[in-house]
Amino acid sequence: LLLLLLLKSNISSVVVSARTYADFTPQATFDIKKCDLHKLEEGPPLQAVLSREEGLQYYRTMQTMRRMELKADQLYKQKIIRGFCHLYDGQEACAVGIEAGINLSDHLITAYRAHGYTLTRGGTVREIMAELTGRRGGIAKGKGGSMHMYTKHFYGGNGIVGAQVPLGAGVALACKYLGKNELCVCLYGDGAANQGQIFETYNMASLWKLPCIFICENNKYGMGTSVERAAASTDYYKRGDFIPGLRVDGMDVLCVREATKLAAEHCRSGKGPILMELQTYRYHGHSMSDPGVSYRTRDEIQEVRSKSDPISMLKDRMLSNNMASVEELKEIDVEVRKEIEDAAQFATTDPEPPLDDLCNHIFYNDPPMEVRGTNPWTKLKSVS
Amino acid sequence: MASLRCFLRSGKVFVTVRDALNQAMDEELERDERVFLLGEEVAQYDGAYKVSRGLWKKYGDKRIIDTPITEMGFAGIAVGAAMAGLRPICEFMTFNFSMQAIDQVINSAAKTYYMSAGLQSVPIVFRGPNGSSAGVAAQHSQCFAAWYGHCPGLKVVSPWSAEDARGLLKSAIRDDNPVVFLENELMYGVPFEMSEEVQSKDFLIPIGKAKIERQGNHITLVSHSRMISLCLDAAAVLAKEGIECEVINMRTIRPLDAEAIETSIMKTNHLVTVEGGWPQFGIGAEILARIMEGPAFNYLDAPAVRVTGVDIPMPYAKNLEDNSIPQIKDIIFSVKKTLNV
Repeated sequence: LLLLLLLKSNISSVVVSARTYADFTPQATFDIKKCDLHKLEEGPPLQAVLSREEGLQYYRTMQTMRRMELKADQLYKQKIIRGFCHLYDGQEACAVGIEAGINLSDHLITAYRAHGYTLTRGGTVREIMAELTGRRGGIAKGKGGSMHMYTKHFYGGNGIVGAQVPLGAGVALACKYLGKNELCVCLYGDGAANQGQIFETYNMASLWKLPCIFICENNKYGMGTSVERAAASTDYYKRGDFIPGLRVDGMDVLCVREATKLAAEHCRSGKGPILMELQTYRYHGHSMSDPGVSYRTRDEIQEVRSKSDPISMLKDRMLSNNMASVEELKEIDVEVRKEIEDAAQFATTDPEPPLDDLCNHIFYNDPPMEVRGTNPWTKLKSVS
Repeated sequence: MASLRCFLRSGKVFVTVRDALNQAMDEELERDERVFLLGEEVAQYDGAYKVSRGLWKKYGDKRIIDTPITEMGFAGIAVGAAMAGLRPICEFMTFNFSMQAIDQVINSAAKTYYMSAGLQSVPIVFRGPNGSSAGVAAQHSQCFAAWYGHCPGLKVVSPWSAEDARGLLKSAIRDDNPVVFLENELMYGVPFEMSEEVQSKDFLIPIGKAKIERQGNHITLVSHSRMISLCLDAAAVLAKEGIECEVINMRTIRPLDAEAIETSIMKTNHLVTVEGGWPQFGIGAEILARIMEGPAFNYLDAPAVRVTGVDIPMPYAKNLEDNSIPQIKDIIFSVKKTLNV
C-alpha cells in the first residue's frame, strides 16, 4: 500500500529511495565484439565484467563529455567560442574506455579533438569551457584555446596533424628511462595515420621497445576526405607492420577498456609498443566550420546515432540487466546538465586574461625579461 | 556562396580576393595543360577556404588532386613533377603546415637550379594562407614571410588586394622558378574594385615590383598583405591631422623592391615598416638594413622604425590576440614618434 501511495505521488526521487540499492544487480558480464588481430597470439577476452559503480561512472563521464561538446557547439554559434573547435561527440567510448584501462599515473597525448581527453585526464568542465571562451580561469589561462589544453600527464591538445605521435613515443621513452612502470597512450586519427613521422616513430618505438600504446581513432573521415580516398590500406591496425595490432569496436566502452587493458599489459611486460585501431564516429563535422554533410550523408550520421551510440549502448545494457533504474540515470542526466550550465555560466562571465599576462610563459625558470611590443617604444614584461 | 560581383557602369567589378585567386587559377589551368593543383581538400571539398571552389568539377581528378594529410610527401611529389616538366600549384592548407615540408621547398625546389648549374629548373608555386587569422592560437598563426624570404632561389610574393592576388598568382604560375605565394585568410572575403584591364586573361603583375597605394610627402609606410589595409586606415586618420603618408605595398618579399622604397624615402625623409610577423630577423629588419646600406640613408631625418607583431607565440584569448598584432593606433603612434609630433 505504501508503495502504491508513493508511486501515485509522482515524486521520482521518493520512488527511487523506495527501491534499495540492494535491488540492483551489482555486476554483470557482457559479450563484446571480437577484435581483429595482427601479429598477436591472443586478443582481449570476449566478455567484459561491468560493476554497477563502473557503469554509473562511465555513463556519467560519457554524458558529461557529450553535453559539454554540445554546449561548446552552442557557444561557438553564439560566437562566444572562436577560432577552431573540433568536437568529440560520438567518440566518448574511446576516451572513457581508454582511461578505464590505464591509470592516471600513465601518460596520454592526442591531437586537436581533445576536449574529451582533457576531461578524463583530470581537467574540470569549468576549466575546459573557460579555456574555450578564452578566459583567465581556463585550463591554459586562456592562452591556448581548444587545441592546446594540458593537465598532469596529459600532453595536449596538438594542432599539427601527426606531430603528437613522435612526442608520445618520447614520453614513453622517458617512462622506460625513469623505470616507474608507466606507459604512454599516443592517439592519432585516420587522417594522420598516413603521416611519415608516424612510421618513423613506429620504427624507433619498436627498436627500443618503448612502452607506447599507439591508438588510431578511425572515425572514417580526415576532415572531408574518406579513408578510402586517403589510404592505400585502411587496415590501420596493421599499418604498424612489425608492431602487433588489434582492431576494436570504438563505440563500445567495454570493448575499448578490455583492449586497452591488454595493450597496457603488453607494454608493461616490456614487450614494446602495440597498436590499437578504434573504429568510431564523430557526429559533428571536422570542426565547427565544417557542416559535415558534403562528404557524408545525413542518413549515415543518423544510422550511427540510432544503432551505435556509445551512451545509449551502455544505458541499454545497464537497464536491461537491472544495474540501474531509468530514474537514476535521468538524475545523473540532470546533474550533468546542471554541471555544464554552471560551467558555461562561469565560462561566459569569467574575465579575459589580464593584459600583463600577454608576454609571460616564454621561458621556464628564467629571470624576467623584456619583450618587444608592436613598436620599439613599447617594452613589455615577461616572467616565467 | 556566389562570388561577389557587382557591375558598375565603367566595366569595373567588385571581386573578393578569394574569387580573384580562383579565377586566376581557373584561367591558368585552361591556358596551360601542364598546370595542376594538389593539396588537402582542394578537389571534392572545394578547398578548405573555398579558394579552389568549382575547379575539380571543371577539370577533374587529373588536374585537381586531393592529397592525404602528408605535407612532406606531397610537397616532394609536387617538386618532382615540376622537375619532370609539369607546372604544379602545391597548396598548403596554411603555411604553418609547410614547416612539415620545408626541406622540399628549400632543398629540393629553391636550390636545385643553382646546384645543377642551370640544368634543372623547378617551375612550382607553393600557395596558401599565411600569418595570423582569428582565434586559431599559436600553432596556426605564424607568418613565414621572413623564413622563405631568407632563401636564395625562391621568389616570395605577398598579395594584398584582389588585383594583387590575380596578377601575382598568374605571374607566379607562369614563372619558371619556385614561388612561395603567401595569401591571408582574413583577406579572402574582402572585395576590391577591379578594372577591365585587370580582368583580362593576360593581366600580369611583375614579381619584384612594389606599388604605391597612396601618395604622401611626410613619411613612407612600407608593408605587405593585410597590414596594407591597416596602413591605409592609419593614413586616413593621420591625414586629418595634416600628416600625409605614402603607403607602399611591397607585393613581393623576394626579390625586394628596395629601389621603390629608397625613391620614396628620398622624398619623405621618414620610414616606418609595418608587418604582422615577429620582429627579430623579419621583413622590417631587412628593409631597415638595406636602407642603412643604400643611398637613401642620408635622406632619413629620423631613425627608421619597425611596427611588428609582438615577440611571443600567438595567444588564443581575444583581448590577448588583439594586442599581439599591430593595430591602427600602433602605426599612428609610431608615425608621430618618428615625425616627432
